[in-house]
Amino acid sequence: MKVHLSHPTRDVVIQGPKRVADVFKELNLIPEAFLIIRGQDLLTEDETVADGDSIEIRPVISGG
Amino acid sequence: MRCRKCPKRAVLGLPRHNTAFCGGCLTEFVRSQVQRAIKAQQMFSPDDRVLVAVSGGKDSLTLWEILLKLGYRADALYVDLGIPGYSSRSKEKVEQFAKVVAEPCGSQLTIHTVEEDAGAGIKELANLIKRPTCSACGTIKRYQFNRVAWQNHYDVMATGHNLDDEAARLLGNVLQWQEEYLQKQSPTLPASIEGFAKKVKPLYRMTEREIAAYAVVNRIDYLVEECPMAKGAKMLVYKDALNRLEAESPGTKQRFYWGFLDRQEKSSSVAPSMTQIDQTTLQPCTVCSQPTTAGTCSFCRMMARAKTTVK
Repeated sequence: MKVHLSHPTRDVVIQGPKRVADVFKELNLIPEAFLIIRGQDLLTEDETVADGDSIEIRPVISGG
Repeated sequence: MRCRKCPKRAVLGLPRHNTAFCGGCLTEFVRSQVQRAIKAQQMFSPDDRVLVAVSGGKDSLTLWEILLKLGYRADALYVDLGIPGYSSRSKEKVEQFAKVVAEPCGSQLTIHTVEEDAGAGIKELANLIKRPTCSACGTIKRYQFNRVAWQNHYDVMATGHNLDDEAARLLGNVLQWQEEYLQKQSPTLPASIEGFAKKVKPLYRMTEREIAAYAVVNRIDYLVEECPMAKGAKMLVYKDALNRLEAESPGTKQRFYWGFLDRQEKSSSVAPSMTQIDQTTLQPCTVCSQPTTAGTCSFCRMMARAKTTVK
Protein backbone atom coordinates (compact mmCIF):
# COMPACT_ATOMS: atom_id res chain seq x y z
CA MET A 1 0.00 0.00 0.00
CA LYS A 2 1.04 3.59 -0.61
CA VAL A 3 1.22 5.75 2.51
CA HIS A 4 1.39 9.53 2.33
CA LEU A 5 2.93 11.23 5.37
CA SER A 6 3.46 14.88 6.37
CA HIS A 7 5.99 16.85 8.41
CA PRO A 8 8.03 16.25 6.31
CA THR A 9 5.94 15.36 3.26
CA ARG A 10 6.88 11.90 1.93
CA ASP A 11 5.39 8.72 0.48
CA VAL A 12 6.33 5.24 1.65
CA VAL A 13 5.23 1.80 0.48
CA ILE A 14 4.45 -0.96 3.00
CA GLN A 15 3.18 -4.48 2.61
CA GLY A 16 -0.61 -5.03 2.86
CA PRO A 17 -3.19 -6.07 3.75
CA LYS A 18 -2.80 -4.66 7.25
CA ARG A 19 -4.98 -3.42 10.06
CA VAL A 20 -4.69 0.32 10.70
CA ALA A 21 -3.34 -0.41 14.21
CA ASP A 22 -0.54 -2.48 12.62
CA VAL A 23 0.24 0.29 10.11
CA PHE A 24 0.80 2.63 13.07
CA LYS A 25 3.03 0.02 14.76
CA GLU A 26 5.07 -0.62 11.62
CA LEU A 27 5.71 3.09 11.15
CA ASN A 28 6.30 3.60 14.89
CA LEU A 29 3.58 6.24 15.18
CA ILE A 30 1.29 7.02 18.15
CA PRO A 31 -2.37 6.72 16.99
CA GLU A 32 -3.41 9.62 19.24
CA ALA A 33 -1.33 12.00 17.11
CA PHE A 34 -2.68 11.01 13.66
CA LEU A 35 -5.71 10.31 11.50
CA ILE A 36 -5.74 7.72 8.74
CA ILE A 37 -7.67 8.79 5.65
CA ARG A 38 -8.54 6.64 2.62
CA GLY A 39 -10.09 8.75 -0.14
CA GLN A 40 -12.32 11.02 1.92
CA ASP A 41 -13.01 8.47 4.68
CA LEU A 42 -11.49 8.24 8.12
CA LEU A 43 -10.46 4.73 9.14
CA THR A 44 -10.60 3.34 12.68
CA GLU A 45 -7.76 1.21 14.07
CA ASP A 46 -9.53 -2.13 13.54
CA GLU A 47 -10.08 -1.60 9.80
CA THR A 48 -7.93 -3.30 7.20
CA VAL A 49 -6.07 -1.50 4.45
CA ALA A 50 -5.63 -3.56 1.25
CA ASP A 51 -2.27 -3.88 -0.46
CA GLY A 52 -3.38 -1.79 -3.43
CA ASP A 53 -4.85 1.05 -1.33
CA SER A 54 -3.47 4.54 -0.97
CA ILE A 55 -3.84 6.13 2.45
CA GLU A 56 -2.85 9.40 4.07
CA ILE A 57 -1.54 9.47 7.63
CA ARG A 58 -2.32 13.01 8.66
CA PRO A 59 -0.72 14.53 11.78
CA VAL A 60 -3.14 16.33 14.06
CA ILE A 61 -0.64 18.04 16.33
CA SER A 62 0.13 21.71 15.87
CA GLY A 63 2.80 23.73 17.59
CA GLY A 64 0.61 26.66 18.71
CA MET B 1 -15.96 -0.77 14.54
CA ARG B 2 -19.57 0.43 14.78
CA CYS B 3 -20.86 3.75 16.03
CA ARG B 4 -22.03 3.45 19.65
CA LYS B 5 -25.04 5.67 18.99
CA CYS B 6 -26.36 4.33 15.67
CA PRO B 7 -25.82 1.29 13.40
CA LYS B 8 -23.38 3.06 11.03
CA ARG B 9 -19.66 2.39 10.57
CA ALA B 10 -17.55 4.37 13.04
CA VAL B 11 -15.02 6.88 11.69
CA LEU B 12 -13.28 7.59 14.99
CA GLY B 13 -12.66 5.71 18.20
CA LEU B 14 -12.53 7.86 21.35
CA PRO B 15 -10.72 5.68 23.91
CA ARG B 16 -10.92 8.40 26.60
CA HIS B 17 -14.72 8.06 26.51
CA ASN B 18 -14.64 4.34 25.70
CA THR B 19 -16.78 5.02 22.64
CA ALA B 20 -16.75 5.40 18.84
CA PHE B 21 -18.80 7.55 16.48
CA CYS B 22 -19.86 7.68 12.83
CA GLY B 23 -19.43 11.01 11.05
CA GLY B 24 -22.88 12.34 11.94
CA CYS B 25 -22.71 11.34 15.60
CA LEU B 26 -19.14 12.70 15.89
CA THR B 27 -20.36 16.05 14.55
CA GLU B 28 -23.21 16.07 17.04
CA PHE B 29 -20.86 15.09 19.89
CA VAL B 30 -18.26 17.78 19.12
CA ARG B 31 -20.86 20.55 18.76
CA SER B 32 -22.54 19.50 22.02
CA GLN B 33 -19.18 19.52 23.82
CA VAL B 34 -18.47 23.05 22.55
CA GLN B 35 -21.93 24.22 23.60
CA ARG B 36 -21.37 22.62 27.01
CA ALA B 37 -18.02 24.43 27.36
CA ILE B 38 -19.60 27.78 26.45
CA LYS B 39 -22.35 27.38 29.05
CA ALA B 40 -20.30 25.79 31.83
CA GLN B 41 -17.58 28.43 31.64
CA GLN B 42 -20.02 31.31 31.01
CA MET B 43 -18.16 32.25 27.86
CA PHE B 44 -20.87 34.15 25.95
CA SER B 45 -24.56 34.23 25.10
CA PRO B 46 -26.30 34.10 21.67
CA ASP B 47 -26.65 37.91 21.73
CA ASP B 48 -22.92 38.53 22.19
CA ARG B 49 -20.61 39.43 19.32
CA VAL B 50 -17.66 37.00 19.18
CA LEU B 51 -14.34 37.62 17.42
CA VAL B 52 -12.62 34.34 16.48
CA ALA B 53 -8.84 34.37 16.02
CA VAL B 54 -8.24 32.32 12.87
CA SER B 55 -4.99 30.98 11.43
CA GLY B 56 -6.11 28.66 8.62
CA GLY B 57 -5.42 25.59 10.76
CA LYS B 58 -7.96 22.96 11.83
CA ASP B 59 -8.70 24.33 15.30
CA SER B 60 -9.58 27.93 14.49
CA LEU B 61 -11.55 27.17 11.31
CA THR B 62 -13.43 24.38 13.09
CA LEU B 63 -14.20 26.73 15.97
CA TRP B 64 -15.52 29.40 13.58
CA GLU B 65 -17.65 26.81 11.76
CA ILE B 66 -19.10 25.34 14.97
CA LEU B 67 -19.99 28.75 16.40
CA LEU B 68 -21.79 29.65 13.18
CA LYS B 69 -23.59 26.28 13.10
CA LEU B 70 -24.66 26.80 16.72
CA GLY B 71 -26.10 30.18 15.72
CA TYR B 72 -23.60 32.50 17.40
CA ARG B 73 -22.65 35.90 15.96
CA ALA B 74 -19.03 35.08 15.15
CA ASP B 75 -16.70 37.19 13.00
CA ALA B 76 -13.00 36.41 12.57
CA LEU B 77 -9.59 38.07 12.51
CA TYR B 78 -6.60 36.70 10.62
CA VAL B 79 -3.13 38.11 11.30
CA ASP B 80 -0.88 37.84 8.24
CA LEU B 81 2.57 37.28 9.76
CA GLY B 82 4.44 37.51 6.46
CA ILE B 83 6.12 34.10 6.73
CA PRO B 84 7.31 33.41 3.17
CA GLY B 85 5.00 30.88 1.46
CA TYR B 86 3.30 29.66 4.63
CA SER B 87 1.38 32.87 5.35
CA SER B 88 -0.02 33.15 1.83
CA ARG B 89 -1.16 29.51 1.92
CA SER B 90 -2.81 29.90 5.33
CA LYS B 91 -4.46 33.19 4.29
CA GLU B 92 -5.86 31.51 1.19
CA LYS B 93 -7.50 28.81 3.36
CA VAL B 94 -9.02 31.43 5.65
CA GLU B 95 -10.31 33.57 2.77
CA GLN B 96 -11.80 30.54 1.04
CA PHE B 97 -13.53 29.42 4.25
CA ALA B 98 -14.84 32.95 4.82
CA LYS B 99 -16.26 33.11 1.30
CA VAL B 100 -17.84 29.66 1.22
CA VAL B 101 -18.93 29.09 4.83
CA ALA B 102 -18.90 32.30 6.87
CA GLU B 103 -20.15 35.05 4.55
CA PRO B 104 -23.40 33.19 3.71
CA CYS B 105 -24.05 33.25 7.49
CA GLY B 106 -23.53 37.04 7.54
CA SER B 107 -20.12 36.71 9.18
CA GLN B 108 -17.11 38.91 8.39
CA LEU B 109 -13.36 38.32 8.12
CA THR B 110 -10.84 41.04 9.02
CA ILE B 111 -7.20 40.71 7.96
CA HIS B 112 -4.32 42.47 9.72
CA THR B 113 -0.99 42.46 7.89
CA VAL B 114 2.09 42.66 10.12
CA GLU B 115 4.34 43.93 7.33
CA GLU B 116 2.12 46.98 6.72
CA ASP B 117 2.28 47.81 10.41
CA ALA B 118 5.92 47.01 11.20
CA GLY B 119 7.66 47.30 7.83
CA ALA B 120 8.79 43.67 7.98
CA GLY B 121 7.45 40.14 8.27
CA ILE B 122 7.62 38.24 11.56
CA LYS B 123 10.88 36.38 10.90
CA GLU B 124 12.79 39.50 9.89
CA LEU B 125 11.20 41.40 12.75
CA ALA B 126 12.21 38.77 15.33
CA ASN B 127 15.79 38.80 13.97
CA LEU B 128 15.96 42.59 14.14
CA ILE B 129 14.84 42.76 17.74
CA LYS B 130 16.80 39.61 18.66
CA ARG B 131 13.86 37.61 20.00
CA PRO B 132 12.75 34.06 19.14
CA THR B 133 10.22 34.14 16.28
CA CYS B 134 7.50 32.34 18.28
CA SER B 135 7.86 34.85 21.11
CA ALA B 136 7.55 37.88 18.77
CA CYS B 137 4.65 36.16 17.00
CA GLY B 138 2.82 35.57 20.31
CA THR B 139 3.25 39.19 21.34
CA ILE B 140 1.93 40.48 18.01
CA LYS B 141 -1.04 38.12 17.81
CA ARG B 142 -2.13 38.67 21.43
CA TYR B 143 -1.87 42.43 20.93
CA GLN B 144 -3.72 42.59 17.59
CA PHE B 145 -6.52 40.21 18.59
CA ASN B 146 -7.12 42.18 21.77
CA ARG B 147 -6.91 45.53 19.94
CA VAL B 148 -9.38 44.56 17.21
CA ALA B 149 -11.80 42.98 19.71
CA TRP B 150 -11.63 46.00 22.01
CA GLN B 151 -11.76 48.74 19.37
CA ASN B 152 -14.64 47.08 17.50
CA HIS B 153 -16.66 46.44 20.66
CA TYR B 154 -16.74 42.67 20.45
CA ASP B 155 -18.05 41.14 23.67
CA VAL B 156 -15.51 38.35 23.62
CA MET B 157 -12.52 37.02 21.72
CA ALA B 158 -12.36 33.25 21.06
CA THR B 159 -9.30 31.16 20.23
CA GLY B 160 -9.06 27.57 18.99
CA HIS B 161 -6.95 26.27 21.89
CA ASN B 162 -7.89 22.65 22.54
CA LEU B 163 -7.37 20.09 25.32
CA ASP B 164 -3.93 19.11 23.97
CA ASP B 165 -2.81 22.76 23.87
CA GLU B 166 -3.96 23.42 27.41
CA ALA B 167 -2.62 20.16 28.87
CA ALA B 168 0.76 20.74 27.19
CA ARG B 169 0.91 24.33 28.40
CA LEU B 170 0.00 23.20 31.91
CA LEU B 171 2.72 20.55 31.81
CA GLY B 172 5.26 23.16 30.70
CA ASN B 173 4.20 25.61 33.41
CA VAL B 174 4.31 22.94 36.10
CA LEU B 175 7.69 21.57 34.96
CA GLN B 176 9.14 25.09 35.14
CA TRP B 177 7.04 26.00 38.22
CA GLN B 178 5.76 29.11 36.46
CA GLU B 179 3.01 29.59 39.01
CA GLU B 180 2.22 33.12 37.83
CA TYR B 181 1.03 31.69 34.49
CA LEU B 182 -1.26 29.06 36.00
CA GLN B 183 -4.09 31.48 36.69
CA LYS B 184 -4.16 32.43 33.02
CA GLN B 185 -4.94 28.83 32.03
CA SER B 186 -8.65 29.14 32.62
CA PRO B 187 -10.85 28.62 29.50
CA THR B 188 -12.48 31.97 30.30
CA LEU B 189 -10.41 35.05 31.10
CA PRO B 190 -12.43 38.08 32.15
CA ALA B 191 -12.22 41.57 30.66
CA SER B 192 -10.47 42.36 33.92
CA ILE B 193 -9.52 45.95 33.19
CA GLU B 194 -10.30 48.76 30.72
CA GLY B 195 -8.59 47.84 27.42
CA PHE B 196 -8.72 44.05 27.81
CA ALA B 197 -11.26 41.99 25.86
CA LYS B 198 -12.75 38.90 27.50
CA LYS B 199 -10.98 35.80 26.13
CA VAL B 200 -12.39 32.27 25.82
CA LYS B 201 -11.32 28.83 24.59
CA PRO B 202 -14.49 26.92 23.59
CA LEU B 203 -12.54 23.86 22.31
CA TYR B 204 -10.87 23.10 25.66
CA ARG B 205 -12.93 19.90 26.07
CA MET B 206 -11.85 18.47 22.68
CA THR B 207 -8.57 16.77 21.75
CA GLU B 208 -6.67 17.76 18.62
CA ARG B 209 -7.48 14.39 17.06
CA GLU B 210 -11.22 14.81 17.64
CA ILE B 211 -11.13 18.31 16.15
CA ALA B 212 -9.11 17.17 13.13
CA ALA B 213 -11.58 14.30 12.61
CA TYR B 214 -14.50 16.76 12.82
CA ALA B 215 -12.78 18.96 10.21
CA VAL B 216 -12.28 16.00 7.84
CA VAL B 217 -15.85 14.72 8.29
CA ASN B 218 -17.31 18.19 7.73
CA ARG B 219 -15.03 18.94 4.75
CA ILE B 220 -13.39 21.94 6.40
CA ASP B 221 -10.48 22.73 4.09
CA TYR B 222 -7.70 23.64 6.52
CA LEU B 223 -3.94 23.98 6.18
CA VAL B 224 -2.37 20.67 7.27
CA GLU B 225 1.15 22.08 6.94
CA GLU B 226 2.79 23.06 10.25
CA CYS B 227 4.17 26.58 10.73
CA PRO B 228 7.87 26.35 9.75
CA MET B 229 8.74 28.52 12.76
CA ALA B 230 7.29 25.94 15.18
CA LYS B 231 9.95 23.34 14.36
CA GLY B 232 11.61 22.28 17.62
CA ALA B 233 9.04 24.12 19.77
CA LYS B 234 8.83 22.90 23.38
CA MET B 235 5.05 22.58 23.10
CA LEU B 236 5.50 19.80 20.54
CA VAL B 237 7.73 17.90 22.96
CA TYR B 238 5.15 18.23 25.76
CA LYS B 239 2.34 17.16 23.44
CA ASP B 240 4.29 14.11 22.33
CA ALA B 241 4.96 13.12 25.95
CA LEU B 242 1.28 13.52 26.84
CA ASN B 243 0.17 11.50 23.81
CA ARG B 244 2.47 8.65 24.87
CA LEU B 245 0.86 8.73 28.31
CA GLU B 246 -2.59 8.94 26.72
CA ALA B 247 -1.86 5.82 24.62
CA GLU B 248 -1.04 3.87 27.81
CA SER B 249 -3.82 5.39 29.88
CA PRO B 250 -6.69 6.96 27.90
CA GLY B 251 -8.10 10.07 29.55
CA THR B 252 -4.75 11.24 30.96
CA LYS B 253 -4.90 14.63 29.23
CA GLN B 254 -8.41 15.45 30.35
CA ARG B 255 -7.78 14.26 33.92
CA PHE B 256 -4.65 16.44 34.05
CA TYR B 257 -6.18 19.65 32.69
CA TRP B 258 -9.74 19.32 33.95
CA GLY B 259 -8.39 18.23 37.34
CA PHE B 260 -6.34 21.42 37.39
CA LEU B 261 -9.45 23.48 36.57
CA ASP B 262 -11.39 21.79 39.42
CA ARG B 263 -8.62 22.63 41.85
CA GLN B 264 -8.41 26.18 40.53
CA GLU B 265 -12.14 26.65 41.07
CA LYS B 266 -11.98 25.29 44.61
CA SER B 267 -9.17 27.69 45.52
CA SER B 268 -10.92 30.70 43.92
CA SER B 269 -12.63 31.65 47.21
CA VAL B 270 -9.30 32.13 48.99
CA ALA B 271 -6.89 33.23 46.24
CA PRO B 272 -7.12 36.73 44.73
CA SER B 273 -9.01 36.74 41.42
CA MET B 274 -7.38 37.54 38.11
CA THR B 275 -9.43 40.73 37.96
CA GLN B 276 -8.06 41.80 41.35
CA ILE B 277 -4.50 40.99 40.33
CA ASP B 278 -4.81 42.78 36.97
CA GLN B 279 -6.34 45.85 38.57
CA THR B 280 -3.44 46.19 40.97
CA THR B 281 -0.60 45.33 38.55
CA LEU B 282 -1.64 46.77 35.16
CA GLN B 283 -1.69 50.32 33.84
CA PRO B 284 -2.36 51.86 30.40
CA CYS B 285 0.60 51.75 27.99
CA THR B 286 2.02 55.25 27.47
CA VAL B 287 1.89 54.77 23.68
CA CYS B 288 -1.22 52.73 22.85
CA SER B 289 -3.19 52.64 26.14
CA GLN B 290 -3.52 48.84 26.17
CA PRO B 291 -2.97 47.45 29.69
CA THR B 292 0.63 46.56 30.59
CA THR B 293 2.77 45.91 33.65
CA ALA B 294 5.47 48.24 32.29
CA GLY B 295 5.20 51.90 31.26
CA THR B 296 5.28 50.98 27.58
CA CYS B 297 3.83 47.60 26.54
CA SER B 298 6.03 44.91 24.98
CA PHE B 299 4.30 45.30 21.59
CA CYS B 300 4.99 49.06 21.41
CA ARG B 301 8.60 48.55 22.56
CA MET B 302 9.04 45.93 19.86
CA MET B 303 7.51 48.15 17.17
CA ALA B 304 9.65 51.11 18.24
CA ARG B 305 12.82 49.00 17.95
CA ALA B 306 11.73 47.58 14.62
CA LYS B 307 10.87 50.98 13.16
CA THR B 308 14.26 52.45 14.09
CA THR B 309 16.01 49.42 12.53
CA VAL B 310 13.88 48.87 9.40
CA LYS B 311 14.76 51.86 7.24
